[in-house]
Amino acid sequence: METKLARVQKKRMKEYAAKVGMNDFSTKMKSFLLGVQGNNGFLFKVCVYSLLIGIGFVYLFPIIYMGSYSFKSLEDLLNPLVSWIPSTFYLDNYEVAYRVLDMLPTLMETLYVTVIPSVAQTAVAAIIGYGFARFEFPMKKVLFALVLITFIIPPQVLMIPRYVFFNELELVGSIFAFLLPAAFGQGLNSAIFILIFYQFFRMMPKSLEEAAHLDGAGHFRIFLRIALPMAVPAIIISFLFSFVWYWNETALASLYFGNELTTLPIQLEKFNATFDKLYTGDAETQNINEGISMAGTMLSILPLLIVYFFTQRWFVEGVDRSGITGE
Amino acid sequence: MKQLSLKKKKSLLGLSFLSPWIIGFLVFTAFPLLYSLFLSFQKVKITPSGIKTEFIKFENYTYAFTVDAEFTQILLKFLRELVISTPIIIVFSLIIALLLNQPIRMKGFFRTIFFLPVIIASGPVITDLMEQDVTSIPSIENYAIFAMFLSNTDGFLNTILTYLMDNLIIILWYSGVQILIFLAALQKTDRQIYEAAKIDGASNWECFWKVTLPTLFPMIIVNLIYTIVTYSVFALNPVVDHIQSSMFDISTGFGYASALSWVYFVVITIVLAIGVGTVAIRGNKKYT
Repeated sequence: METKLARVQKKRMKEYAAKVGMNDFSTKMKSFLLGVQGNNGFLFKVCVYSLLIGIGFVYLFPIIYMGSYSFKSLEDLLNPLVSWIPSTFYLDNYEVAYRVLDMLPTLMETLYVTVIPSVAQTAVAAIIGYGFARFEFPMKKVLFALVLITFIIPPQVLMIPRYVFFNELELVGSIFAFLLPAAFGQGLNSAIFILIFYQFFRMMPKSLEEAAHLDGAGHFRIFLRIALPMAVPAIIISFLFSFVWYWNETALASLYFGNELTTLPIQLEKFNATFDKLYTGDAETQNINEGISMAGTMLSILPLLIVYFFTQRWFVEGVDRSGITGE
Repeated sequence: MKQLSLKKKKSLLGLSFLSPWIIGFLVFTAFPLLYSLFLSFQKVKITPSGIKTEFIKFENYTYAFTVDAEFTQILLKFLRELVISTPIIIVFSLIIALLLNQPIRMKGFFRTIFFLPVIIASGPVITDLMEQDVTSIPSIENYAIFAMFLSNTDGFLNTILTYLMDNLIIILWYSGVQILIFLAALQKTDRQIYEAAKIDGASNWECFWKVTLPTLFPMIIVNLIYTIVTYSVFALNPVVDHIQSSMFDISTGFGYASALSWVYFVVITIVLAIGVGTVAIRGNKKYT
């Protein structure tokens, strides 16, 4: 990526070198190592790449560790010679973990209690964000400030009254404990999603709205037919974030759902206890080991990893384009 | 006359778009907030016929600070960790964002890596990893230079260092969203400002302090708030755990748990105010 300035500079340097009869090789070497602009030299590149790779390794270390250990049989675990690559491709850990987690039904329940609230949350955040972005009304600033304030109220403060409330209505143990707040814009981190949609809809040109008006479209129709289709990046990013945050929420989930519903992270929390229940008193007594618990952890994040690998493009680009950072 | 009614109509329409939020705010946020404040001054008993409350003034609060030794201790510990981690998370995510903003190959690949932790940052997964000791840098304590460093520093610095070494990966894992926010802001800054600065003879180093940092300044505040909030509501947080366990403890109950959560709320708000305040004041002095 050479800018115009860089090109001009290079040309000048060459001319200068030719004029004073300087050794062409040394200038070339210098610009190769240090770069003409200071940020495209070879040394600089080496620095950037080694930093990125080094930090990237530290980042991935737990996941690599998890993957490696989950394939280790008991012998490999005890053998000090085997450190990273297991001696055999050993899948029993996964089999055990699969049974302990009760994988398929749990996965279905997890999807049920995360996808539905995320959809509701995204839809409602879009409506509210549109209201804030396109209309003028009294107290708008106050209301907007209140939206932002809801972000810093820790869920723990609201947890007890909401629990009492849902208990009275006999909604504890059902998805409504998650769905109702989400559907009214008070779900997990709802304020962020409202902000994203607010930023996005503010960028929509006014003339588009006016043109639709002249064609006789009402406000709700404009919202559905024109604004929403334009906001696809914001919708995707909100849904994905919402999905991940609901998925990972365990404190509220275990409180509101009790024993009625369970999610993969909650199952993982109880992993050791469930394992003991299933496998002690068995004919061949088996003990839990690192390999099995790592396989369990791996299985519980696997669905998210898969989703991430298909959607990471949107995760990263969506934030750029949906204007989470404002103008 | 007609103009006014049109305006009124439009504002009503706007409010109707907001109506779900207004209802939700009243039912699920404002009312619970006040109710938990009310509960925090009560002794709450759960009977088969419903909840019975008895006004006991500030007893819950005094209990939290005088009798319940555990609470003050974990609250202080949490505060210390928060104060250590937040600046590190912000500086670190800024560095990563700057690195990723360079014209490098495989940008997508690196972005994928650095954003991965957001996906798996759930309490039980991290607890599991912590139990396996993979969240600290492997075998760093064996290095002579580190041991020397530790033995030569006294109490306070020492605790900070050991905490850092033990939890480095966790701290780094908290910075996924922050990296993205910085990155998005960096990509929106105008290239021409840098070219102008370069023509005036500014070095890269000067460019960073005089151009990049001031333009990122609002994002630093956003990230500061985001970091403190997510750090304090995270499920692994011992304070959250303590509140939840005292909620179902027969000797303490809902009233006491409400009092604890209010103390916690106030503490976080104070930390936020101090943090944002100092950053804003320092920033204003430097950059305007």
